[in-house]
Amino acid sequence: MSDLFDLYQEVILDHNRSPRNFGKLEDGNLEDSLEGEGRIRHADGHNPLCGDRLTVYVDLTRGDHGETIRDIKFDGSGCAISKASASLMTEAVKGKPLAESERLFENFHELLTGDPSVKGKAGAELGKLAVFEGVREFPVRVKCATLAWHTLQAALAGRGEPATTE
Amino acid sequence: MALAQHQIDKPPFDVEAIRQDFPALSLTPYGKSLVYLDSAASAQKPEAVIEAEARCYREYYANVHRGVHYLSTKATVAYEDARRNVARFMGAGDPSEIVFVRGTTEAINLVAATYGREHVGEGDEVLITTMEHHSNIVPWQMLCEEKGAKLVVAPIDDRGDIILEELEKIMSERTKLLATVHVSNALGTINPVERIIEMAHERGIPVLLDGAQAAPHLPMNVAELDCEFYTFSGHKAFGPSGIGALYGKKELLDAMPPYQGGGEMIRSVTFEKTEYAPAPARFEAGTPNIAGAIALGATVDYLEAIGMGAIQAYEEELLAYGTSALESVSGLRLIGTAVHKASVLSFVMDGVHPHDIGTILDREGIAVRTGHHCAQPVMDRYGVAATARASLAFYNTKEEIDRLIAGLEKVREIFG
Repeated sequence: MSDLFDLYQEVILDHNRSPRNFGKLEDGNLEDSLEGEGRIRHADGHNPLCGDRLTVYVDLTRGDHGETIRDIKFDGSGCAISKASASLMTEAVKGKPLAESERLFENFHELLTGDPSVKGKAGAELGKLAVFEGVREFPVRVKCATLAWHTLQAALAGRGEPATTE
Repeated sequence: MALAQHQIDKPPFDVEAIRQDFPALSLTPYGKSLVYLDSAASAQKPEAVIEAEARCYREYYANVHRGVHYLSTKATVAYEDARRNVARFMGAGDPSEIVFVRGTTEAINLVAATYGREHVGEGDEVLITTMEHHSNIVPWQMLCEEKGAKLVVAPIDDRGDIILEELEKIMSERTKLLATVHVSNALGTINPVERIIEMAHERGIPVLLDGAQAAPHLPMNVAELDCEFYTFSGHKAFGPSGIGALYGKKELLDAMPPYQGGGEMIRSVTFEKTEYAPAPARFEAGTPNIAGAIALGATVDYLEAIGMGAIQAYEEELLAYGTSALESVSGLRLIGTAVHKASVLSFVMDGVHPHDIGTILDREGIAVRTGHHCAQPVMDRYGVAATARASLAFYNTKEEIDRLIAGLEKVREIFG
């Protein structure tokens, strides 16, 4: 059971029940965008193994440190891990320059799949995202935890193809 | 001989003796005794089947139908004996009506690519139902696309029963084949195939039955059913993976063009022309899964010794117990409540995704399937992305169902 409580930590259960930044971003919502700068990109993500499907919407702007995620939302349906991961991801990257969000994903991925003895470094920068550490013990669930991040990457790359965990 | 007693005298169904036949059932994942409720995905194997396959490799393995030597002759005899066993198990009059295939998926693809290509043309229709497995959808979709034909889908009601009046309405002179599942893998529905075949035959429509989920649960008799094609997979019926059987009426098989070209399926080959072997060899190009076929023969022997009727009666009791146990779990909804059901329990729980149910049960040693069960149209019909599915076989017990219920209580404990 202890593994299970490591996996389903309260933060994860909370974000599963009440996901943050849940919904669509539409160009029409962006009256306050700087003209020509706010532009919504989105991509669909799909985990064929369990049927999780989500869409990530990002609104980019040019900030002091390069392109920056001005706003981000997601919608769709999925398991607790994929939903909570999407929710916590949106909180983590909102307002962050793209370079920083990419580094977060690298660290996050390292936390889930990397050598546990070096996790300290990755974990330190991850903040709340470190609650997903327990996923490491459930290898088939790593795809659930990374689906939102792959989808965000697809949205940023402007690829028409949906992201998939396969 | 105590273990084999149930195989000889058919005494009252002794599930504890049967469990001893299945080595995997004594595994202990995460230190807990295994509760295997995923037999609809693939069933565990009895010692008799494992041993039959091993014995073939140890004692009489060689290629079949090719050699004059001792081993090849022995292997060929065993391979053809297995075909006879499978024919008997399926209720087919003639072993040459049985084609060994990789499984149900290959069998349906075979029929689509041979019978289908010859008989389905532009503007024709192939009729299936909403509750098909992807393997009884996609081959027909591919055929229809190639031929400019139309795939027509019979609706099901909320319980998961085919709406027969609707099915009847959409049968027409354009319908060239009706392909339907005998027992639904996602819902457990046992379709009234006798009635469906009768309705189809009244209109001259041939029928293919996908028996992948029927073979492990019900007595089978293709001659009585009078269907044109019937198929099942070894691995879901306690036999090896990678082997299955396609039954086809002799006159149909004999008239069908080959499926794949190669060795074994020919009578004579020159660079100008090849004469094909008669059925079933015509459809068995290349070296087949020899040991798998032989072990499938042993599988049906094993099942017949217990008796499919006895299996069905025991499972009905188990299903009734499981259904009322699951109905007592708060916030749980069963998907698939047909009047006649095989022991498949698909369900969803309020506020918990099936994948999370699966993970939590797994750590309790309980194996269930979660996902869309390769039947996405069924999921769409019920407005769910996925379900959790506990599928029961004759080696499961009421105590195991109690373990499932305790596991679901743990799910509630975690998810609140």
